[in-house]
Amino acid sequence: MRNHEALQGQDPGRLNLWGLSVVGLALLAGLLGVPVAGWAEDAASASAAVSYRDIPQLGGSRNIIWVVAQLHLLLAGFVLGVPIFAWLCEIVGWKTGEKRYDKLAKEFTKLLTSSYATTALFGGILLFLLISFYPKLMTYLTDIFFPSFIAYCGLFLLETATLYLYWYGWDVMQEGRAKVFHLFLGFLLNFFAFFIMVIPNSWATFQASPVVIAEGSNVARAWAATWNPTWWPVNIHRLIANVVLGGYICGAYAGVRYLSAKSAEEREHYDWMGYVGNFIGVFGLLPLPFAGYWLMREIYQYNQQMGITLMGGFLSWLFILQAMLIGVLFLGSNYYFWLGITHRIPGAEAKYKKPIMAMLVILLLCLGVWMTPHSLVASLEEARKLGGTHHPLLGVFGVMSAKMTVANLMILVTFMSFIMYWRAGKEETATWAKLARAVMSGVLGVAAIVVIVLGVWGYFVPAIVRINYFSVAQVLIVIFVMLTITPLTALLLRSARTTTEMIWGRMPPRAGYALVLNAVMVILLMTLMGYARSSSRVHWHIYGVMRDNSEYAYSPALGYAAAFMSLNTFLFCMLVAFIFWVATMGDKAKAGHGAMPAMAGGSPELDRSKAH
Amino acid sequence: MKGGIHLKPALLMVGLYIFFKFGMPLFTAPLPASLIMLYLMLTFSGIMIFMTLSGTSMESFLGPIFRFISGDGQDGTMKMARLAVLALFPLLVGWQTYTSTASSTAPPAENRTVHPAPPGEFAAMSNPVPNTPENVMQGKGLYAAYCSPCHGLFDGKGPASRGFNPPPANFKDPTTIAMLQESYLFWRIKKGGVGLSVEGMPWKSAMPRWEFELKDEQIWKIIMGEYDGAGQKPRTWE
Ligand code: HEC
Repeated sequence: MRNHEALQGQDPGRLNLWGLSVVGLALLAGLLGVPVAGWAEDAASASAAVSYRDIPQLGGSRNIIWVVAQLHLLLAGFVLGVPIFAWLCEIVGWKTGEKRYDKLAKEFTKLLTSSYATTALFGGILLFLLISFYPKLMTYLTDIFFPSFIAYCGLFLLETATLYLYWYGWDVMQEGRAKVFHLFLGFLLNFFAFFIMVIPNSWATFQASPVVIAEGSNVARAWAATWNPTWWPVNIHRLIANVVLGGYICGAYAGVRYLSAKSAEEREHYDWMGYVGNFIGVFGLLPLPFAGYWLMREIYQYNQQMGITLMGGFLSWLFILQAMLIGVLFLGSNYYFWLGITHRIPGAEAKYKKPIMAMLVILLLCLGVWMTPHSLVASLEEARKLGGTHHPLLGVFGVMSAKMTVANLMILVTFMSFIMYWRAGKEETATWAKLARAVMSGVLGVAAIVVIVLGVWGYFVPAIVRINYFSVAQVLIVIFVMLTITPLTALLLRSARTTTEMIWGRMPPRAGYALVLNAVMVILLMTLMGYARSSSRVHWHIYGVMRDNSEYAYSPALGYAAAFMSLNTFLFCMLVAFIFWVATMGDKAKAGHGAMPAMAGGSPELDRSKAH
Repeated sequence: MKGGIHLKPALLMVGLYIFFKFGMPLFTAPLPASLIMLYLMLTFSGIMIFMTLSGTSMESFLGPIFRFISGDGQDGTMKMARLAVLALFPLLVGWQTYTSTASSTAPPAENRTVHPAPPGEFAAMSNPVPNTPENVMQGKGLYAAYCSPCHGLFDGKGPASRGFNPPPANFKDPTTIAMLQESYLFWRIKKGGVGLSVEGMPWKSAMPRWEFELKDEQIWKIIMGEYDGAGQKPRTWE
């Protein structure tokens, strides 16, 4: 059985790599072959120092790079995010002895192996295109980053080897010391993956905030350029965002599998996997705004001009879109938690209706504040009545102090959603339970009030005090809440009596769709931030050092960019769906046909009867 | 078919609309339609989320609506009502589409960039004039002479302010100069509305360009006087 399974996993993996390489090569050949006219022209004027090449027939170099780079980045985010929690799941399974965690970790890793090749493939395409389209820029970057290019290649070899061992050795290294070694492999996998992420980050952040030194050895120059001001903020932000992306995509995968599940076990398993995916996504989502805030702060401090372009200038509308997407994500994640309470825990609905309503209202109020722009979209007539595009009362919601405050509150609410879910269906029996509950609500209440007070007070102090002390204090308070309530709850629940057993596999179809929606939102968010990062450089390849002299040196308007974000999101979803489909073809063949077609709540009848 | 379950959400939506549209203008400036729309959308999604939390609540909320639209087993008034809804809804959508796309004499809605990025040569400047009481006083004097007709007592309500759209900035508002570095103000004062960067389109600001009337040193003094008078501090990094 085990061998069979390993084989099953192997074949699609190979097929996938081959299939995609062939498709990729064909595509490349297409790219090179079709627009003969464009090339002939270039060849005539080609001199030793070509700065740009282009294929206008295919939409222009910038748009091609836009799509390929974004797809590569999304794939890379997934491939680097998944091993983190696959490994954590494996550890949990090993420590607790619960086999289902090990199985889950293995399933995650299977998705990982199948996407890994495609990620590398897109990286390769991206590299070829960059060298072809931007020879001058690439020569410059190669000159500076030569040592880290080499290091990167080495890391890639190590990572690939580790991944092979980790995946193919899964079943062989199950017991005793072999398992420990396998866990060590998982650690190595993440270790290398981390550096595979931070090295290219240094190239990209260098373009935004370059540090160029004229003297010194190759290594010294590369080192200085690597340690540019936005490198670490981006590293941290991306690391967390990758976990979020990975979590939500795994959640979406589970959601789709759940919707098409044919047997009760499958429903149970994918319901649970969806829950874990959503949990990981939310878990990463909570610290993400803090990391983003830090990044923005560094950018602003590095260069006022770039900071204003992003936060107050022509890119500032993008942050309203961002608020909208994050808002949907928060709502979607909480919705999923709440659906879990009302469906997996029989009889919980009546009890939790009120708290859920309260949380929902707070979330919506916060979102309303977050989405209120500083200067409003108003018709001329409205602007006249308003006396400008700045509302005297609601205008105050348009600035960082307000946004930070509501972001913190939303994080608190989402955290409490999870705690509520965790405690649902259990009765705390400890003698000190009452006291503990009082302490927890006290901590929560005081924290919320302090966060709001600091937010309001932030308007009356110099910007630097707000940024360095108030905002930081808000973040610390929220972290403090999490760090006190989580262990307290864990302690409480240790002695708790389960009154109602959690039942998996009873979620309605809309839960599966919610998971898919969340994944789409995260992908859209990442494409949006990709646009933000690139556009903030405005007409520079390397900010303040090398100008963009191509015909594409203008910033595309937000509407145009939004079309590309949607396109990239769509392509990525198709790609991932295809990869997963190929990777799990084996399972389906194994499961066989003729099982009862009990699609998750496919009939409203079933859904209704489950609700009670 | 209309149980009480639909009444509260409907009342909430209508009530909020009335409040935003007619209530708010009673005590503050009216809200633009885009914002009202946004808030109502949020409310609507909240209602949908809450009502679909469990199978029972979803059934009792959406069930009657679906059954009404599907027309199962209806007769008499119900049937007519359904036909009316089915006929009116497309008309409503059509009307909405027409009004939002038909050309009109009104200019399109604006999303003016209030704080466009300053040109590079201004971004890195710092105030060379020491912050002494005399300098601040001098700055305030210059301010009174040159700026107060429009910007008033730092609140944007000078005697000449009413004629301008966008109105002169209110420096007491914590979302204007308190968010900016001194160098930013230097650029805006020196170059004025005509000197706004490309991303500050449409350039229709009445803010004059002061580079010909005032010396750089005077501008820096005005900036100090302005912050002092408005009770704000510039953005700094230390
Ligand atoms: C003719 C009326 C008028 C006069 C006189 C005037 N301003 Fe302005 N000012 C405006 C208007 C209108 C705006 C808002 C539009 C804009 O941002 O360009 C503005 C904006 C500003 C801003 C930008 C604030 C922000 O938040 O971006 C500053 C700073 C400023 N004025 C300073 C001054 C100073 C200092 C003086 C005197 C030397 C002065 N203004 C004189 C009309 C005026």
